[in-house]
Amino acid sequence: MSAAAGTRIEARPSPVISDEVRQTTCYMCACRCGINVHMKDGEVAYIEGNRDHPVNKGVLCGKGSAGIMQHNAPSRLRSPMKRVGPRGSGEFENISWDEALDIAADMLRPIRENNPEKLAFFTGRDQSQSFTSFWAQQFGTPNYAAHGGFCSVNMAAAGIYTMGGAFWEFGQPDWDRAKLFMIFGVAEDHDSNPIKIGLGKLKANGAKVIGVNPIRSGYNAIADEWVGITPGTDGLFILALVHELMKAGKIDLDYLARFTNAPGLINASEGPDKGLLLRDEDGKVLVIDRATGKLTPFDQMGVKPDLNGTLERDGVTHRTVFNEMATRYLEPEYAPEAVAERCGVSADRIKAIAALLAKTAFDEAIEIDQPWTDFRGEKHEKMIGRPVAFHSMRGISAHSNGFQTCRSLHILQIILGSVEVPGGFRFKPPYPKPVEAHPAPHCGVKPLSPLDGPHLGFVRGPEGLALKEDGTPARIDKAFTWENPMSAHGLMHMVISNAHAGDPYKIDTLFMYMANMAWNSSMNTKGTMEMLTDKDENGEYVIPNIIYSDAYSSETVAYADLILPDTTYLERHDCISLLDRPICEADGAADAIRWPVVEPDRDVRGFQSVLCELGAKLDLPAFINEDGSQKWADYADYIQTHQRKPGIGPLAGFRGENGDQGGRGAPNPNQIDAYIENGGFWINHIPDEALYYKPWNKAYQDWAVEIGILDTPMPYLFQLYVEPMRKFQLAAEGHGERQPPEHLRERIKETMDPLPYWYEPFEGTMVDEEEFPIHALTQRPMAMYHSWGTQNAWLRQIHGHNPLYVPTKIWEANGFEDGDWAKVTSHHGEITVPVSHMAALNDNTVWTWNAIGKRKGAWALKEDAPEANKGFLLNHLIHELLPSKGDGMRWANSDPITGQAAWFDLKVRIEKAPPPDQSQPVFPSIKSPVGQGPDDIAWEVGK
Amino acid sequence: MHPAPSVIFFTAFSGLGFGLLAFLGLGMPGLNGWLAFTFYFIAYAFAVGGLLASVAHLANPKNAIKSFSQWRSSWLSREGVLAVVTLIVTAIYAIGRIFFDTSMPALGAVGSALSILTVFSTSMIYTQLKTVPRWNSPTTPFMFVAYSLAGGALLAGQVTLALFTLALYLLIVAAIAQLLNWRVGDQRMLTSETNLGTATGLGNVGVVRQYEPPHSGKNYLLNEMVYVVGRKHARKVRRISFVAAFLIPVLALLAFRDAPHIGGMLAIIFHILGVIGSRWLYFAEARHVVANFYGK
Amino acid sequence: MTTLPSQTDTKLGLVIDLDTCVGCHACVVSCKGWNTQNYGAPLSDKDAYGTPEGTFLNRVHSYEVQPDQGPAQTVHFPKSCLHCEDAPCVTVCPTGASYKRTEDGIVLVNEDDCMGCGLCAWACPYGARELDLMAGVMKKCTLCVDRIYNENLPEEDRVPACVRTCPSGARHFGDLGDPNSDVSKLVAERGGMDLMPELGTKPVNKYLPPRPKDTLDCGVALNPVAEEAKGFLGWLDNALEKM
Ligand SMILES: Nc1nc2c(c(=O)[nH]1)N[C@H]1C(S)=C(S)[C@@H](COP(=O)(O)OP(=O)(O)OC[C@H]3O[C@@H](n4cnc5c(=O)[nH]c(N)nc54)[C@H](O)[C@@H]3O)O[C@H]1N2
Ligand SMILES: Nc1nc2c(c(=O)[nH]1)N[C@H]1C(S)=C(S)[C@@H](COP(=O)(O)OP(=O)(O)OC[C@H]3O[C@@H](n4cnc5c(=O)[nH]c(N)nc54)[C@H](O)[C@@H]3O)O[C@H]1N2
Ligand code: SF4
Ligand code: SF4
Ligand code: SF4
Ligand code: SF4
Ligand code: SF4
Ligand SMILES: [Mo]
Repeated sequence: MSAAAGTRIEARPSPVISDEVRQTTCYMCACRCGINVHMKDGEVAYIEGNRDHPVNKGVLCGKGSAGIMQHNAPSRLRSPMKRVGPRGSGEFENISWDEALDIAADMLRPIRENNPEKLAFFTGRDQSQSFTSFWAQQFGTPNYAAHGGFCSVNMAAAGIYTMGGAFWEFGQPDWDRAKLFMIFGVAEDHDSNPIKIGLGKLKANGAKVIGVNPIRSGYNAIADEWVGITPGTDGLFILALVHELMKAGKIDLDYLARFTNAPGLINASEGPDKGLLLRDEDGKVLVIDRATGKLTPFDQMGVKPDLNGTLERDGVTHRTVFNEMATRYLEPEYAPEAVAERCGVSADRIKAIAALLAKTAFDEAIEIDQPWTDFRGEKHEKMIGRPVAFHSMRGISAHSNGFQTCRSLHILQIILGSVEVPGGFRFKPPYPKPVEAHPAPHCGVKPLSPLDGPHLGFVRGPEGLALKEDGTPARIDKAFTWENPMSAHGLMHMVISNAHAGDPYKIDTLFMYMANMAWNSSMNTKGTMEMLTDKDENGEYVIPNIIYSDAYSSETVAYADLILPDTTYLERHDCISLLDRPICEADGAADAIRWPVVEPDRDVRGFQSVLCELGAKLDLPAFINEDGSQKWADYADYIQTHQRKPGIGPLAGFRGENGDQGGRGAPNPNQIDAYIENGGFWINHIPDEALYYKPWNKAYQDWAVEIGILDTPMPYLFQLYVEPMRKFQLAAEGHGERQPPEHLRERIKETMDPLPYWYEPFEGTMVDEEEFPIHALTQRPMAMYHSWGTQNAWLRQIHGHNPLYVPTKIWEANGFEDGDWAKVTSHHGEITVPVSHMAALNDNTVWTWNAIGKRKGAWALKEDAPEANKGFLLNHLIHELLPSKGDGMRWANSDPITGQAAWFDLKVRIEKAPPPDQSQPVFPSIKSPVGQGPDDIAWEVGK
Repeated sequence: MHPAPSVIFFTAFSGLGFGLLAFLGLGMPGLNGWLAFTFYFIAYAFAVGGLLASVAHLANPKNAIKSFSQWRSSWLSREGVLAVVTLIVTAIYAIGRIFFDTSMPALGAVGSALSILTVFSTSMIYTQLKTVPRWNSPTTPFMFVAYSLAGGALLAGQVTLALFTLALYLLIVAAIAQLLNWRVGDQRMLTSETNLGTATGLGNVGVVRQYEPPHSGKNYLLNEMVYVVGRKHARKVRRISFVAAFLIPVLALLAFRDAPHIGGMLAIIFHILGVIGSRWLYFAEARHVVANFYGK
Repeated sequence: MTTLPSQTDTKLGLVIDLDTCVGCHACVVSCKGWNTQNYGAPLSDKDAYGTPEGTFLNRVHSYEVQPDQGPAQTVHFPKSCLHCEDAPCVTVCPTGASYKRTEDGIVLVNEDDCMGCGLCAWACPYGARELDLMAGVMKKCTLCVDRIYNENLPEEDRVPACVRTCPSGARHFGDLGDPNSDVSKLVAERGGMDLMPELGTKPVNKYLPPRPKDTLDCGVALNPVAEEAKGFLGWLDNALEKM
């Protein structure tokens, strides 16, 4: 008996893949990779990476490939909605866009007429910050920021103040040439595909990778050496490396002398200038020229700045920055032996790493035959490379000592001469850019008028703080105040608690976009939910109005009064602009667009287009024509026609009437089509002679001016010594007009040290070490994006719940076994969660994946969803304020310099607990405004 | 392995059914007419019922017919083909017995041999799997066939002392086969070269353990192949099933020597319960090497 | 016929570099996306928004390895069908649905023939086969047979979806039967290994072992130029003089 064999696949099958490919930009995370969207019968069938794209070069991460499930997620909002139940209940009524916009305009109009600051507009994980901030500026409120403040502002600010550019996604290791790569505190980062591509290159080239991280997973798993450091101590570890290198003279003296303010002379005279750098009448930093022994402005042709100079004047000895550094970092307190125990890294290991750094940087230096000319006019025949590269992210920045730790790391890079050189760390346009090229923060409010300038920026001293006449904070988040003077990205994590407390003042409307503040992006999640629903004595909500734009049924949706539903990323226009966070590579300037590869099938609109309409309804000057009519029909219209400065607009490519200009040029009415034609992006390569040494490279400076990144050439020195910080210290010492409040004087004197130092993270010093001996961290899973991966049927099968990983020592001490649960307690709260054993983990650290736990009822998930039953957030243990010191005050759980949220300072204790039926705490279920997803799916289109 | 009722039922009852057919083909008992019909009815109910149960295990039964095609390489296919051939051959023999009062001894013998071969090929479906070390041993076919014969003898056994003795002997042989299978199976589990180290190739770097599974939820592999039964629980089921399958039947036969109907009935009922228990264990205790990957 | 070809013209397969895989699951999802849309029935997901159970052809495990000396190591470990030369999954198949191609050694399931008995999955030591719970047919990695020869794709895209997408370049595709192919050279250079060689399946796919870790010689340290900070400044002056 035999049945006929069925149709086997032909030998060389060539099925048709799709009807059409549309190229746009991924938004499953903020990495902004280029994607090819394959369409079948007008539907999205398959998504793959765009090979020509500068960011991902064809590869795509797990989230990107799962875009089809995000785009079709049952959790998508379907219509504008008005709250009908109490806040937090999730009870809504669908309304029309006309009604929604009327409600919003009626809320906002009186605010603008009377007190524009009573609108707090915060935009979370926004990729259109140059536009949303423009809108807020036009409205006139000082209260605008995106998520940078709770994210990684320490990294950004330390980088920009020190080197005029930062890690984050604004720079990259020279992946092709580095021979030694050290990566500190990175699980995934924004530049997720580029880092992976880069690591792949390093591995293929046989380079060595050192991972410094309490947890050995992901990037650290493939590191050749793992330094399982104790959280919060990287600054010490790094400064011990600096100590070793300096002590051995393994530093790039030439580089330090030419390109940094190491030869700058620190004013030692008592008085208001003490500690500032000596300058000439034009404000140029003075150095001692070794050739002549004379005091000379740093930028003169032929000057040989003396790193070790001293200048006697009026009986006082002024010493160079470098001399000061040597004195400080050669101290025994920075010796490997002194820091080893605290860091959890042996002294021998620290020494060996220092030796390897020195060997690679100096004995294995590389040279490229590429002449270039520096800003002094000096010609160099070759480009010398120090092939040691570094990268770092929130692991060192999300601590209350993060700013100084990030600065320490930059000092280490710079003394090795490994920034902007072959094999080292490289900036991506529009960086490098000195602090001077950035705006300072503005807070000048006048009813019915735009704000007097951009909200955010880089303060140069106390005069730049955002304070009112009476010295109280001008901003609701208290950014740019004495509490955190250099808070360059604002403090989104303080908005709700400050607004609730009416401190510094009460607001009327909280307008948020794309931030799940009622859940995973808040510290003290329970408290936050209470603040959002709290009512005053009159029975009115303490925060009177909340408008929110989300695309999905997130936890935060339930807390808004008015919902402006956004489209998915495949249904709207977007621009990834050189004016905010573009897609540049170290080799070129690039920007990109999104465009509706499919039209929405619901009553939703792109949020930016909604702002165009709302702006016009509110008569914001830039949003209306002279006759009062709406200026930009939608965001696409804005993208193509808006000019920041003549010739400079949101998109740099295909400018000019014919679309043949790059960087600068008149608006092009067909610009978006030209982008679509080009695969969704535009790139302009940096000329070869401008590829390295960019801050000092004449050719680069000229190129940057040509394409509109800089207005004039602005070469500058790296700031080993950050003078603006000294200005805050001077104020704290009693100099100057603007004086800090008494209770902050000592802290400012100490923490605003213009040379990096290490101090223990605050939470650790304020809680009892015996009571809370363990560090608790989160990591980003590579296959999930914060809260928004959970609605994705494919991704949630990978990370549907999260255990707390416990190191062997703690595992054994508690007698844990597989399947056990534990109670985890911090000074603020308590959670009961499943535990799991991990050996490749720092002895005093526990951790979990970030943002997997979900509230019941959210994201169109069923009640039994593992995320809402076994999943959990660490956020319940973290408070936005530190425990009380007994002085009646509670300090923010933030970096004292930048206000960066100190997520990773968390200290806990852990004990075995009887397994509850679900992770604790549990919150009541939200009523889903979009119902629940279907049961079974087999996602195939076009067949 | 997941002890799915369908496969337990399949192996248990097809074994009993074909065991009975084997005896009937040898004329034990040599009945005709209605009495023969009753025996054949039971044999067919068991054999065909078992086979149908196995079809319930199929996720796509509409293609079941194709499973007859690969007899040259696949034991499952062979089993299917043999089962059908056996059922046809024994049916012809049975028709002779039931309707025509005739016996075709040669045909009967062929049917009996085919019956045993069918059971053997059933056992080979499991025996051939190197992925399940517990199954991958000659004790598997020995046990399957022994069970089948012992059960068949019990079912067939009615009155004659000769047969009683045969059933007794066969029960003892099957009991030995069972004990051997457990022993060798336990041994195989212990001596299996395969572990997470060889599965990942990382064994020469150090001791390997899973710290995070590839997916947080369940999947087909976990449901089907990563079934973990507690050791204590397994021991208990072993004891119970052994007592039920062998001890009680043997005692019942001996005790009711004078009332063989009662003894036989008791023996059969307990034996079948025992077989089911044993088969449950056969699957539940079997560890598939894929469990290594999941750290189970 | 589910007998195995005695020889195949080429031996196409994957080489997976455990020293480079960061465990990002990109290959997992891209495989899911491609195979949901292409070869055979779509890969389904039961209870997709409750407690989901879906079909995937490629999964990434995460292991820890504790060596005798030094800290534990972490290895992310992707796993899909290894297209074994002696594929037990093929010979057990009663319907002829499972087969190994003579032209390139790819092991496939012809879904039109499969009755969903699951025996092939039992026979596979690697957990490379998953029965699709909605379609009721056996699913496994096809080595993207519908990509690698596909004339509707540009030449450079004629590689498996998982290889094309892997951000760190940890996945390589090629002919392991040709000793001169890039993949064969890589295997030779890096000591590529078989999984569970003791089971005699002769996998075509190879795994490149992680390079030795934590080998930094902790006896090495830099020599100070001087013991005292003052001495350092003296050295500095000299060094600057020489520049
Ligand atoms: N414990 C702990 N907590 C943390 C962190 C941590 O490390 N540990 N990290 C912190 C950091 S750095 C960050 S950045 C935050 C991130 O936290 P959030 O800013 O809250 O980020 P998400 O959860 O990604 O989602 C924000 C919201 O955007 C919505 N959204 C998604 N796509 C769209 C769209 O196209 N349009 C609109 N309008 N909305 C959309 C989502 O539905 C979601 O509600 O979390 C912080 N929280
Ligand atoms: N897939 C995916 N990608 C993302 C995101 C996402 O949610 N998913 N989120 C995006 C966002 S908003 C951000 S801000 C970035 C953040 O990207 P990352 O900076 O990679 O952020 P985290 O995942 O929080 O990882 C922090 C890492 O620092 C380590 N760490 C913690 N404390 C210390 C310490 O004291 N010292 C050292 N050396 N290490 C420490 C932790 O173990 C962890 O590995 O990722 C972005 N990219
Ligand atoms: S890293 Fe992944 S999710 Fe993020 S943009 Fe790129 S492909 Fe999309
Ligand atoms: S895509 Fe590459 S790096 Fe990511 S898990 Fe797969 S093999 Fe590993
Ligand atoms: S890996 Fe498994 S499914 Fe693939 S050929 Fe080998 S035995 Fe068959
Ligand atoms: S499940 Fe399908 S492919 Fe596998 S053995 Fe059964 S019939 Fe063959
Ligand atoms: S080769 Fe194709 S089918 Fe196989 S794992 Fe890779 S993507 Fe999946
Ligand atoms: Mo972030």
